Amino acid sequence: MSDENNIYLDNSSTTRLDERVLEEMKPYFFNTYAVASSEFGYSLGIKAKKDLNKARKRLAKRISADQNEFIFTSGATESSNLALKGVVNQIDSDQKNHIIVSEIEDFPVLNSAKTLEKQGYDVTFLEVDKEGFVNLDRLEEEIKAETILVSIQHANQEIGTIQNIEKIGQICKSEDVIFHTDATHTFTRIPIDVHKYNIDLMTVSAHTINGPRGIGGLYISQDTPYKKWIDGGYQEFNKRAGVVNIPGAIGFAKAAELVTEEENDRLKDLRDYLIDRVLSEIEDTTLNGPKEDRLPQNANVTFHFVEGESITLHLDMRGFSVSTGSACFSNSLEASHVIMGIGGDHERAHGSVRFSFSRYNDKEDVDKVISEIGEVVEQLREISPLSE
Amino acid sequence: MDFPYTDKVLKHFKDPQNMGEIKDADAEATEGSPACGDMVSLQLKVNDDKKIEDIKFKSYGCASNIATGSIITELAKGKTLDEAKEINWKEAADALGGLPSKKAHCSVLAVDGLRAAIKNYEEKHGLITNKEPTTIEDIKKKLKHVMNPISGLDIVKTDLVQDITFEDEEVTVKIDLPTDHQFANNIREEIREKLEPIHDIEKIEVTFIR
Repeated sequence: MSDENNIYLDNSSTTRLDERVLEEMKPYFFNTYAVASSEFGYSLGIKAKKDLNKARKRLAKRISADQNEFIFTSGATESSNLALKGVVNQIDSDQKNHIIVSEIEDFPVLNSAKTLEKQGYDVTFLEVDKEGFVNLDRLEEEIKAETILVSIQHANQEIGTIQNIEKIGQICKSEDVIFHTDATHTFTRIPIDVHKYNIDLMTVSAHTINGPRGIGGLYISQDTPYKKWIDGGYQEFNKRAGVVNIPGAIGFAKAAELVTEEENDRLKDLRDYLIDRVLSEIEDTTLNGPKEDRLPQNANVTFHFVEGESITLHLDMRGFSVSTGSACFSNSLEASHVIMGIGGDHERAHGSVRFSFSRYNDKEDVDKVISEIGEVVEQLREISPLSE
Repeated sequence: MDFPYTDKVLKHFKDPQNMGEIKDADAEATEGSPACGDMVSLQLKVNDDKKIEDIKFKSYGCASNIATGSIITELAKGKTLDEAKEINWKEAADALGGLPSKKAHCSVLAVDGLRAAIKNYEEKHGLITNKEPTTIEDIKKKLKHVMNPISGLDIVKTDLVQDITFEDEEVTVKIDLPTDHQFANNIREEIREKLEPIHDIEKIEVTFIR
């Protein structure tokens, strides 16, 4: 159950904090609030550092990484910026000036790549198929001698498509290019082994798993060339300057531990239940993204002949929070690049609605939203010149 | 709850007035296109005194689009065609207690739709007499109704229109975008749609120069 007056189904944007996470964070605001100091510092700082590193170890373990390879950041946006720009700056040369990203990456990777392109790097925005999958043969074709790095997300933020990162990792390894993946939406939801998958860098975040905002992580394997580019102190193995958000790090570790296989299975059931009911009960609907190989917490459907912001506003007035890929909903007034990327047209983006779940949702929430959205869509179709 | 719109917008959005179709309409018009986003269609029933006796609209759009469609039909009902022509976006927005400026492009469609429907009536009934030759300024005015989907403002204001030439009934519009831009085709289509009805334009060429 969500809040009494509001059923929140936008958990891919962010999530509600779990009280158990907050409890574990509290002492680091009020008791052990010192900065992490060297072993020659004072005891409060040494304790802070010890606990910070415990949190680091707990998180690194989750992806089978060594704790020295996991740095804390302010979130997924910073992690992906550090990864792409840090690697490219270190390797930069006339012979190495090419990177590859998928065209449906989330904005931190997509816009980092666009910035690098403006700076003169050669960037390939790799197309995806109609379900959002990168074509692995095309990836192999695009990798050339000049290629520095490939950044392909683990799963998509809007349509939930899970890429075959094990295979992508293999390709990158055999071609000797660096592989970064944005795992913001998959960390703890889908098992990840950075060694098995040949991942060199990986972005993770706390606020998508009922953890706090303002804390994320970046896995950087020991031998990945990386240039620190925000100057400051020597924190985080001299890879990321700035006072470390220790309460956040502690909360992140706790949040990750609270995600269980049972929870992920339950989310999958909610997802499939919603998708099946919407597609079978509401006419003229299209699933965006695949049926299989899909994020447990994500459903995304286009309701044809109606506009997404109208749907979300009607649902908001009835106490539901969902999001849409319609241009009208976004600040940029651009239609979702993901829906456009899977070969959708503006019409498909215009009527797309994303439902994303967390541990605070249940089957009753899905029943309620389906009955309401059915009404809303019917009402909007009555006034739409497109539906007859 | 904190909604992004005024109570009046929400009221018209939730319960739009004059929504639907008129069976034996005297005139009609559709503005916008599903390719680029919002769309609104309007129908008129005009009596012998040239008064708008009935008006109905349909919308494939966001809240601003629906609410403006509703308010504009309320404002136009009972007015003469000449009076109704004068209704502008500001009047509609004011009647709604204000609209977010970002949403201007979704809501201006209803105003355009009303004017286009009136024009449609006038054309059908031989009420348009002046067939002056079209000027570049006239074309520019029309292009101000084509949206730049990147910014939500029109393509003239956002300097996407680099050049307009008009000679021997042939118009060429140069747009400052790459040919393979995601909105290139939509913009081309919309420009065609706007310029085609002009009486002395035979051929329309839209080129992307970047």
